[in-house]
Amino acid sequence: MKYKGRFGDYGGFYVPEVLIPALEELERAFYRFYQDEQFVGELEQLLRDYAGRPSPLYYAKRFSEYVGFKVYLKREDLLHGGAHKVNNTLGQGLLAKYMGKTKLIAETGAGQHGLATAMIGALFGMETKIFMGVTDIERQSVNVHKMKLCGAEVIAIEGGTGTLKDAINDALRYWTAHVTDTFYLFGSACGPHPYPTMVRHFQSRIGKEARLQCLEKIGRLPDIVVACVGGGSNAIGIFSGFLDDKNVRLIGVEAGGRSLSSGKHAATLAAGRVGILHGAKTYLLQDEQGQVSETESVSAGLDYPAVGPEHCYLKDSGRARYVAAQDDDVLDAFELLTKMEGILPALEPAHALAYLISQKGKLDPETIVVANLSGRGDKDVSIVERCRPLED
Amino acid sequence: MKTYKQVFSELAQANRAALIPFFVIGDPDLDTSLAIVKTAIDAGADVLELGIPFSDPIADGPTIQKADIRALKSGMTVRKALEFIRNIKDHKDVPIGLLMYYNLIYQYGKERFFRDFHQAGVNSVLVADMSIDDADEIYDAAISAGLDTVFMVTPNTEPARMKLIASKTTGFIYTVSVLGVTGSRADLSDVVEGLIAKLKKITPVPVCVGFGISKAEHAAAIARAGADGVIIGSKIAELIERNLSDKGKMLAEIAGFIGKVRRAIGNSVAKPPNESFDPAQDGFGGLNI
Repeated sequence: MKYKGRFGDYGGFYVPEVLIPALEELERAFYRFYQDEQFVGELEQLLRDYAGRPSPLYYAKRFSEYVGFKVYLKREDLLHGGAHKVNNTLGQGLLAKYMGKTKLIAETGAGQHGLATAMIGALFGMETKIFMGVTDIERQSVNVHKMKLCGAEVIAIEGGTGTLKDAINDALRYWTAHVTDTFYLFGSACGPHPYPTMVRHFQSRIGKEARLQCLEKIGRLPDIVVACVGGGSNAIGIFSGFLDDKNVRLIGVEAGGRSLSSGKHAATLAAGRVGILHGAKTYLLQDEQGQVSETESVSAGLDYPAVGPEHCYLKDSGRARYVAAQDDDVLDAFELLTKMEGILPALEPAHALAYLISQKGKLDPETIVVANLSGRGDKDVSIVERCRPLED
Repeated sequence: MKTYKQVFSELAQANRAALIPFFVIGDPDLDTSLAIVKTAIDAGADVLELGIPFSDPIADGPTIQKADIRALKSGMTVRKALEFIRNIKDHKDVPIGLLMYYNLIYQYGKERFFRDFHQAGVNSVLVADMSIDDADEIYDAAISAGLDTVFMVTPNTEPARMKLIASKTTGFIYTVSVLGVTGSRADLSDVVEGLIAKLKKITPVPVCVGFGISKAEHAAAIARAGADGVIIGSKIAELIERNLSDKGKMLAEIAGFIGKVRRAIGNSVAKPPNESFDPAQDGFGGLNI
């Protein structure tokens, strides 16, 4: 490999020898094309005409009045496919095309990345396989059906808890046996180098746009940027635009599940210890010996025991702060935004909103907050229905 | 403590490849696992590959994953694995290679891990999820603990990289016969002979071949192709899985399988047979050296 792929001591590429040639090929291709004029031009056009970028920055007036400070939502939920995932799948999918690969594989938790990959598989006419845990298949059945309609094969993973971690394990195993013609389209800013760097690059669009929109619309930078963190791709995407703006506070919100003390959560940065999983040195939820813990969250997309290496670095350096929101508060936030703004947030970004609600009345009214609304909540309606039945 | 060097040079004189079975320590439970490994030694294993079970074994196929889960469910821990190895070494002094996922070593503490396990009788530690690029992270600690090094070479490893890997290897090269994860396969990969020949040209370090070897014929073909050792894992885990309700039958089938592979290897010498060595008289009890 040309680069170490480290963020401080985090990251790297802890993978079996057999995967090294594939990662080298990917690294070479990424650095060759990511600034290539033709590649950039083609990606720009797709992001605009296919995905619907730029996404709006929306002032959520009623929600702002409720919490007592100014909240702007970066509307990634309005993109094609309903989430920020398409930024990355278009980027990596196009890279796969430039590399001459004909097959795509991807892991998925909530199904948003799986769907965004299936869309791109259809768009480029590539054979697509999506690895998804059985628990997630059950709780995100609408997305599963959409993937199949796009022509993707959805492979059900029984291992472990049947969630994102297990899907990644099996996608990595499959890739090991099919490295020659298959492109592994990784969905989050984690995993082995070059994925954290590459996914960050394709998602950095969110932060660049948001920064510009703040300056144009509000005339100044925000005080706080907040985003949910599972693997951390939407968060690193929006944070990256503000990293050099030292006065902008960056806050990542992890899945607090039932509660941190119950052990039933997925708050890796809040409660984890440094370890190695899925090719990277990262904070990790694990037992004393180093066996990886089972996680729990109402949101499939955050239900992951590791986290992107750059977030680990940002936590240690103090540049970003990470907190956790519990399932109950997340469901409250889902209901509140829907009632006040007519916007159904996905349960993942509802974590960021839950944090903002927890700050109600605690911040100066002139405080400007940008929250990354990374996906829409249609996929979660049945979960919300089950957890919070409506009274007739 | 017997070294790889001693075993491979003895076997070279006997003109036979080493038989190296792999076991997940504690599969299906501690006591049965001890009985299984001792049975394998008695049936003719020359070297042991032992894995401490990990929750997320990304280099392993479904069979070994299930073995890991069985072992973890029965309460296997890194500490108990230390005891296990001491117990095996009391039974017979055969070299032991550990097959590990890095996080378990990292959490235990690298230096302490290598020291404790070497003292218990381990000869080498192969980290499945660490390539030669990151070997520096563990190399010094392993060497100063007195361990030999074992690294993997796969069918897609470039020649320059093979040389680099060979230059850092003091034990043996773990040659992966297929692109993919561990697991029994019906047919032997057609790239393996070329791979052995390539490695033999660039290094005098012993070359052992694993992944996908499930039949005595496979083992024999690999020995004929010039490999110094044959590693068999998933097939044995399958025999364990299939006989979970009958331990006696489990042990008998494992002994039978290992004996059969041992005979097949014994009859498949790469070079012209050494006159003083008669495979027919070489029973299940290992070489009398």
